[in-house]
Amino acid sequence: MNILFNYLIFPGFIFTAVAGLFASYVDRKVTARVQWRKGPPLLQPLYDFVKLLGKETMVPVGASKTTFLLAPVFALTSIVIVSTIVWNTLLSPGKTFLGDLIVTVYLLTIPSIMIILSGFASKNPLASIGASREMKLILSYELPYLFAILVPIIKSNSIRLGEIVQYQWTEGPFIGSVSGIIAVIVMVLCTQAKLGLVPFDMAEAEQEIIAGPFIEYSGPPLGIFKLTKWSMLFVVPSLTVLLFFPALNFWGNILGYVILLVVVVLIRNTNPRVRIDQAVRFFWTWVTLLSLISVVLASYGL
Amino acid sequence: MGEFQVEDKKKQTIIPIGPYHPLQEEAEYFKLYVEGEKVTKLDIELGYQHRGIEKLCETRHFDQVVFLVERICGICSCSHPFAHVNAVEDLCGVDVPIRAKYIRCIIAELERLHSHLLWLGLAGHFLGYNTVWMWAWKYREPVLDICEFITGNRNHYAMFKIGGVRQDIDNNDIPQINKMCDDLIPALDMFKGAVMDDPVIHARTKGVGILTKQEAIDYCVVGPTARASGVDIDVRRDDPCAAYPLVDWKVIVTPNGDVFDKVVVRVLEMYESVKIIKGCLEGLKKEPKGEIDAKVKSFPPGEGIGHYEAPRGEVFHYVLSDGANRPARYKVRAPSYMNIPSNQVACTRGTISDAAITLAAVDPCYCCTERSAVLDEKTNKKIFGWEDLLRLSQEKTERIKKRIPLNPPFVPTEPTSVKGEY
Repeated sequence: MNILFNYLIFPGFIFTAVAGLFASYVDRKVTARVQWRKGPPLLQPLYDFVKLLGKETMVPVGASKTTFLLAPVFALTSIVIVSTIVWNTLLSPGKTFLGDLIVTVYLLTIPSIMIILSGFASKNPLASIGASREMKLILSYELPYLFAILVPIIKSNSIRLGEIVQYQWTEGPFIGSVSGIIAVIVMVLCTQAKLGLVPFDMAEAEQEIIAGPFIEYSGPPLGIFKLTKWSMLFVVPSLTVLLFFPALNFWGNILGYVILLVVVVLIRNTNPRVRIDQAVRFFWTWVTLLSLISVVLASYGL
Repeated sequence: MGEFQVEDKKKQTIIPIGPYHPLQEEAEYFKLYVEGEKVTKLDIELGYQHRGIEKLCETRHFDQVVFLVERICGICSCSHPFAHVNAVEDLCGVDVPIRAKYIRCIIAELERLHSHLLWLGLAGHFLGYNTVWMWAWKYREPVLDICEFITGNRNHYAMFKIGGVRQDIDNNDIPQINKMCDDLIPALDMFKGAVMDDPVIHARTKGVGILTKQEAIDYCVVGPTARASGVDIDVRRDDPCAAYPLVDWKVIVTPNGDVFDKVVVRVLEMYESVKIIKGCLEGLKKEPKGEIDAKVKSFPPGEGIGHYEAPRGEVFHYVLSDGANRPARYKVRAPSYMNIPSNQVACTRGTISDAAITLAAVDPCYCCTERSAVLDEKTNKKIFGWEDLLRLSQEKTERIKKRIPLNPPFVPTEPTSVKGEY
């Protein structure tokens, strides 16, 4: 019963969805204010989602129907599980919860993989281009992301999320160290790519390939994909909070998350989209170099 | 578009940009032949929104044509009338009062300012930089305010008239217009800094979509597209009309021909426009009030040619008169018609992402460009003429009327309020 509550209501599906909708609202509102616009009302993301649920579901001729329809469901499920693990750990790290860092990182890549699969399954040239861009993007940002995650592992000498949080509660957050700061910078850059936000939104570049993998989606599947995206906007920065500066209570963690969210939104609003080859080069040279430096510093205890 | 469009022999994938696409504000179809991300060939298909303006011109008298050509384009809504009055004044051989010349220049340069700001915003949007988009359009508003202050309208100004202009600028308003123009300079400085010094924008635009000087000459491109490639042409200087010889300004030319240079040319041209407007306002103070119309009474048979440097390049109007009160033949060549084909070379050197911004960098204006002809593919003969198209559209209206009966049936009634007035 407790587990069901955990996965479905708090901090699982319902909490993640509500937080994701709110994060999306904050993103849209801040973006609007930066751009001299008024911005949407608080419930606009919810209206969008409910509207999509009521629309017709179209499956393109020649598409692989099962993959096309199941991909968004898998994406949402995996992100809900990650959210459950991350927020359970943040709230009560002492609990013997089945969640270590490796599972979390794997589950976190599943939405991107589902986007790739859905792009190829929809049999649209624009969707395939988007999917192949997403694939190149994953290949480019996963390596520095993993290196950055190594920093807390080295420092706390554990891969269990609960122990990482407890270590920081006693010894002080990792962001207080040089390697921690560098790793957080790397994490933020990778977050931008993971969430598919400008300057790394080339997989769904509206002006080039018209939303890429999502071009053929409509109705509830599109709604579920949107909800996944919004949930990721909540969950991915939350993991950074957990790994580098967990607070002692719920609202402290939310505050840390909101700070990261604002950074992400500001980056998104002050940059143009880069080309996929430029993104790959950027991640494989500068970001990987930074993450390696942070790992080396961490192993020397800095 | 539901499946791969693959040509049998070449096995090439086509990425469609258009006919309806977020990259374009109007309908146009660019076929990108791609290998992976690389664009190998570009095919351009025109003709989605032909409106038959030239034919319409032959059914209106000269003074009405001014209003009609104003509606060829919403953004060049002063360049087309400018070229038109130049053509008709060439036909009649009239000389325009200097005050009218100044006013014409002021309106035309205000239009260039708002057109370039609009383009700058769109270019930002096409790069995924929506903040630049919104900011550029926000700072375009004061320019439109000046237009409204002078003419009463934000976009279609209705200022041009054969032999002069329709409205005078009150000398008492000049200081305020001057101040409004001065207020534009900080905004322009901001864009100059934000766009020209941003390293990510450099990465996206420098060396992208290059059109070399020779190619620019070969494709006969005009306007900022040509000037960014180092071709030093500008109708305002090369064939001076209106008050351009009377004020101090210079033509901006850059050598590289990439997208970045096109940005630079347009941004710097905005400063020149402000300079021209201020020079014209100075000139206006010295001219006697009210002399804004040469009062053209009749139109001799013959032909006239008028051209003008629109924000996108040279716009060209030709008028043939048989002595009646309307043109016997009217011909318009808008700048985008010359600029868009140059994408065939500029786009095929980069990726799809590059192609998107390169297509937009010539500042395409599609409805100015539209030509339409229906050909039989086998015999290469024209199928439809003007009457055929008119008949077809009337038949279609009839068909639609049958399908959607008006309920209650539409019965034209006589207007009651004006009875007995005449």
